[in-house]
Amino acid sequence: MLDQCFALLWIIGKIICVLVPVIVCVALLTLLERKVIGAMQVRVGPNRNGIAGSLQPICDVLKLLAKELIIPSKASRYLFIIAPVLALAPALAAWAVIPFTNDWVIANVNAGILVVFAMTSLGIYGIIIAGWSSNSKYAFLGALRSVAQVVSYEIAMGFTFVGVLLAAGSMNLREIVLHQSGGIWHWYFLPLFPLFVVYWISAVAETNRAPFDIAEGESEIVAGFHVEYSGIMFGIFFLAEYANMILVSALAALLFMGGWLSPFAGIPYLDHWFSWVPSVLWLVLKMSFFIFLYFWMRATFPRYRYDQIMQLGWKCLIPVALVWIVLVAVAVQMGWIFH
Amino acid sequence: MHMLTEYFSIFLLVIVGLIMGVAPMLLSRKLGPSRPNPEKLSPYECGFNAFEDARMPFNVRYYLVAILFIIFDLETAFLFPWAVSLRRIHWFGFVSMMLFLAILVVGFIYEWKRGALEWE
Repeated sequence: MLDQCFALLWIIGKIICVLVPVIVCVALLTLLERKVIGAMQVRVGPNRNGIAGSLQPICDVLKLLAKELIIPSKASRYLFIIAPVLALAPALAAWAVIPFTNDWVIANVNAGILVVFAMTSLGIYGIIIAGWSSNSKYAFLGALRSVAQVVSYEIAMGFTFVGVLLAAGSMNLREIVLHQSGGIWHWYFLPLFPLFVVYWISAVAETNRAPFDIAEGESEIVAGFHVEYSGIMFGIFFLAEYANMILVSALAALLFMGGWLSPFAGIPYLDHWFSWVPSVLWLVLKMSFFIFLYFWMRATFPRYRYDQIMQLGWKCLIPVALVWIVLVAVAVQMGWIFH
Repeated sequence: MHMLTEYFSIFLLVIVGLIMGVAPMLLSRKLGPSRPNPEKLSPYECGFNAFEDARMPFNVRYYLVAILFIIFDLETAFLFPWAVSLRRIHWFGFVSMMLFLAILVVGFIYEWKRGALEWE
């Protein structure tokens, strides 16, 4: 009995050690995003609260908490309240299987990728329930667009996972990373380069970010599925979106960029010079690169039109991914690569 | 037994995620004001009163996307275990999946030619 209590406490401790950094990261990202995009547009960005706006995220959260929660009279009350929770829970739950170093993971399960895939799919329910229960035209249209888009890009994303599975021969995320060990030229982004590009584009579309943020295109449907949400309920959707962004960046680093492995492994001198860097730092650096890519894309690309988004997903990404899977399968079968 | 504890921690994280969603809302109920009035609670439509019910008919293409999604998602569900075990099922497994993919590609080309992927 005491053993079980201890085990339970240990798991809860691990969960706290993962979730707290994730949520702190989300808070920092909201500031960083405004700073980065501000710099790219030759503006200053938030600079009033704290040194260089460093207290801005805390002020934002406090403000959202102190606002009134409005439940529209025509809305389906219970669904309306449940929707943000349903959007957030899967976005956080997927972190259970993300390994941060060789032995630092909450749940080291063999079906790691499947769990992540399932959790990112479940996030759709939050969106569609929010859009439906709001009983507002903008919310409804936003939810429809968003769900059709996410669902389409999920197929392309699933195909890229298949490519990685073919290469690694395992669904366990830790083993997938370990299969990439032995230097930067063993990382999967080189042999699976088309899949890597497809993965990243569909990841941006999956999280409904610019240039695929048609679901909340503020110039036409105001804010999409969360128009009717006020105060902290909107904040929870926001948290879910950013948690998903970090998750997708972590996946990109784990599946294609060697996770926590050093990029200098196997290179004379450099390998030795950088051997003091803790492995988790490499993962964080790779994740930061992908997150920066999000901001960069948002500041650079104009928003896609809806028909263009759907065409890109179905007519470009899915065929490319399919062809590359077949090529990889042939190569694996003939024993040319990934022994 | 060991595997079960691993999955239990995922379950626990789902619960924690749900709490993380509910707790701020409860806190906000305490901290925030609550002064509803009919105008504030009306659905947002850029300042106008709502013209008609928001649950209106929508484009049938969304259904089409949903149906296509089910087919392709099932396919990914088949591909996942196949990809993991390809090295153990040898040519038999390889050829069967290629046949399956070929049939699927024929269907994909058909739907493409029929214009199921066009949005105008």
